Amino acid sequence: MGLFRRIVTLGRRTRMEREIEAELREHMQMCIDDNVAAGMSRKAAEREARLRFGSPVAARERVSEEDAALGLESVWRDVRMALRGFVKSPGFSIVVVATLALGIGANTAIFELLDAVRLRTLPVSKPDELAELQIVGGNRGFGLNEGMFMNFTIPMWLEVKDHHDPFSGVFAWRANGMEVGKPGESRQVRALEVSGGFFSTLGVTPWQGRLIEPQDEAGCQLTKVVASYGFWKSQMGGVPITANTTIVVEGKSVQVLGATPPSFFGMEVGNRFDLAYPTCTPAKLRRDIFFYSVMGRLKPGWSVKQANDYFNALSPGLFENTAPTGYSADAVKTYTSFRLGAYPAGAGVSHLREAYSSSLNLLLAITGLVLLIACANLANLMLARSSRKQREIAIRMALGATRARLLRQMLVESALLALLGAGLGVVLAQPLSRALVASLSTNGNSIHLTIAADWRVLLFAAGVGVATCILCGTVPAFRSSKTEPVSAMRSGERGLMGNRERFWMQRAMVVTQVAVSMVLLVGALLFVRSYRNLVTLNPGFRESGVVLGYFGFGHMHLKQENIAAFKRTLVEDVQTLPGIENATATNNVPLTGGSWSHTVDVGALNGSSRFTYVSPSYFATLGIPILTGRGFTSQDRSDTPLALIVNQAFIRQFVRSTSPVGQRVHVRPEPDYPERTYEIVGTVPDTKYFDLRGEAPPIAFVPAEQFPVTGQRPGMAMMIAARDTAGVERSVRQMFEQKHPGLNMQFANFEQGIRDNLVGDRLMAMVSGAFGVLAALLVVIGLYGVLSYFLAQRRGEIGIRIALGASRSRVVGESLWDAGKMLGIGLIMGVMLALVAGREASTMVFGLKPWDPATLIGAAALLAVVTVVTSIVPALKAANVNPIETLRSE
Amino acid sequence: MAKNDLQGALDLLILKTLSQLSSMHGYGIVNHIRRVSDDRLIVEEGSLYPALHRMEQCGWVRSAWAITDYGRKAKWYSLTRAGREQLAAREKNWEQVAKGVDAILRFA
Repeated sequence: MGLFRRIVTLGRRTRMEREIEAELREHMQMCIDDNVAAGMSRKAAEREARLRFGSPVAARERVSEEDAALGLESVWRDVRMALRGFVKSPGFSIVVVATLALGIGANTAIFELLDAVRLRTLPVSKPDELAELQIVGGNRGFGLNEGMFMNFTIPMWLEVKDHHDPFSGVFAWRANGMEVGKPGESRQVRALEVSGGFFSTLGVTPWQGRLIEPQDEAGCQLTKVVASYGFWKSQMGGVPITANTTIVVEGKSVQVLGATPPSFFGMEVGNRFDLAYPTCTPAKLRRDIFFYSVMGRLKPGWSVKQANDYFNALSPGLFENTAPTGYSADAVKTYTSFRLGAYPAGAGVSHLREAYSSSLNLLLAITGLVLLIACANLANLMLARSSRKQREIAIRMALGATRARLLRQMLVESALLALLGAGLGVVLAQPLSRALVASLSTNGNSIHLTIAADWRVLLFAAGVGVATCILCGTVPAFRSSKTEPVSAMRSGERGLMGNRERFWMQRAMVVTQVAVSMVLLVGALLFVRSYRNLVTLNPGFRESGVVLGYFGFGHMHLKQENIAAFKRTLVEDVQTLPGIENATATNNVPLTGGSWSHTVDVGALNGSSRFTYVSPSYFATLGIPILTGRGFTSQDRSDTPLALIVNQAFIRQFVRSTSPVGQRVHVRPEPDYPERTYEIVGTVPDTKYFDLRGEAPPIAFVPAEQFPVTGQRPGMAMMIAARDTAGVERSVRQMFEQKHPGLNMQFANFEQGIRDNLVGDRLMAMVSGAFGVLAALLVVIGLYGVLSYFLAQRRGEIGIRIALGASRSRVVGESLWDAGKMLGIGLIMGVMLALVAGREASTMVFGLKPWDPATLIGAAALLAVVTVVTSIVPALKAANVNPIETLRSE
Repeated sequence: MAKNDLQGALDLLILKTLSQLSSMHGYGIVNHIRRVSDDRLIVEEGSLYPALHRMEQCGWVRSAWAITDYGRKAKWYSLTRAGREQLAAREKNWEQVAKGVDAILRFA
């Protein structure tokens, strides 16, 4: 077929074109021959034929256009022409491509993070079929909560294990820490406790050996583990796993059953596991410890919605059967009213997702705005360039080129630029994205994300590229294809005609840029100031020069009633060390995300209060003053009256009397924590508890000696104040290794830990700050370019006016006024936009209102200064025009 | 009904001319149409060649270079089988269009 033949001969365009040309030429010749035969002179015959035929070039183009394959060829010709144009003006091309690459790169980098954290599914088979079971609305602080994502007690899990019609398989899991290696040289690794159905339900197949199976759940002694691919490779040398492969875990030699494939990182996105070990059902079941996360794989034909209904219907019986004992009737009623719901779990669980989702969305918006500014700059560049090329375009149109043809060529040009920019952007995005992840990782908490350019990322980059191409290419292209050839050729390159109306578009773009960068600057200032507020916030206690020590002594097998005394001796030993200011035991270190509460009755008022059990030295160590009453002393012992020190929030919420000291506080019973009545002996100011952002909750402090014996565990946290924190760990370790061999010790810096919790805020401050500066810079470049261009266009006019006696200062003033108008409109629009955008960010900034006037004024002032400085240079240049020279060149 | 009357008419004229002359070059087609229609129909060169090339791509006509009676080199076009079928369909179609137009013109 003809078309096929044409495609095959693609690239032999010249031959085909020559053929068409020859055909048309012969046609004309025949026409002339006939005219001559009819008696015309040769000259008249030629003229008549040419008039009839019209432009031979246009005729040839029209014939070629009929040819689909040749149409493709001519696009290729446009591409080559555009590339030649880029090479001819390298400055322009480099600026455009670099701007686009940075803009698209930044956008893609943020999107890649979003993709990795939020969109990508777990690397298991058919992740869409996975559903997680949760108590609808959470357990509202009931019982003991072991950590995030853990919302099932063991009895609840056992019920679900027996009743799960919607699921073909169910499993329970939890994240845990484990000590690996011989005592003395052990280190902490991330472990997963998993039920027998975990790997089979997820569809994870062994890389080495076998994985955990249902029969492994028998017996609560840790005897077998499964290693992750990473752990197996790096810690076990990647040696093939046999029946005799063992490692030392928690001081015991255990068998390694096998290893998981490289792609499987566990259930938490942003984290990875090292070892997995089987769950077991202990003889003595706690019914109030929320311990597991439970998931299942939907049977074919079941939807998450149907599963949700099933478990909702199952809930009353389930919670009735598993209700814990030892709680007040009210608490049990709360428990039995819980309902289970099923939620899609194909993307796994993620701490990152919950913590940074809104930050990432906002960052994506910020980078999008930066790209918008960059696009406006580029569009202006293109406009200026196309008006320089106006004459060329006019000539081509006069020669018979159609508007569509010119338009196509200009669009090809901007599409090529966008393509180059997007390609480079995708390449740039990878390191940018990694740098962002690195800035979120801290010593204590490293983040492991698979950053990869998958189809979603590529699609996104392509989408952004197309959008920029349309934004920066189309408008200038349409504008210049409207050129009237006659007037353009007459007015030359920088005449007065036909240019005026074009200015409004460039002005509009400058105004947009100012407005958008105003939004970005306001955002940047808000986040930087919010971070500063958080960093400089006084939590109500000493942060610096405090070391946290965690001690475990399960190996000593102390009797319950002796644990309190042992803890006291540990504190006293540390206090005697040289260089140490003070030390205190506490069951809860503030600002580390832990929480401990009991339900209290004070007179007729009741509610939940945090409880912290501390050494008498707690308030001195952390520099918290006793406001009224007394502090704890060594006289507060388990056999003396129960004493309580409360903070102001506690008094506000529970104490109606003017003198809190002496009031009685009743604590409701819980398993291991019997019913008790305390007397308030002192009051302290409010201190931050859970994190820096939250208001101080009601807190009650209890002497550590009065901690219920039944609740004692062989481990403790100690806060050690010292001027030189560096030496603390070494001296404490040395002392305890001698005194209590086998004592498990871990240390951390309190202040560092608090800072680490602010990495999200730091990221927002850094990135939004950087983009704010970048936005201002882009505005400077854009404004400078546009003003220079305006004034260059008006050089003739300015020359005439100066020749006629206008003063130079007036010329300068006029162009400054021009810039001022654009700035003013831009700022007003920017403030309005910033106020709208601010509402989105209001939950993320701390200690500031999003409409903070100082921030708005600061950003506006900054932009104003930048604008004025930028406009002065081209204005002065214009005023220094030599009128004679300009007029002569006109 | 005809899809595009004007273009349809031009195609029809060209196809019919080629079927009558069996083989002809572009200039000859223009002249033929002009002569036979007593100068009533003059085909513009600017429309003729794009139409010929389009028809060639559709496989209705084939072409070959040959020498004219007056010693000029020219591209000679002739109908293919598909072209003949096309012509038959167009002729039928044209009768309908002509009758339709006639009816409208005569409507009192």
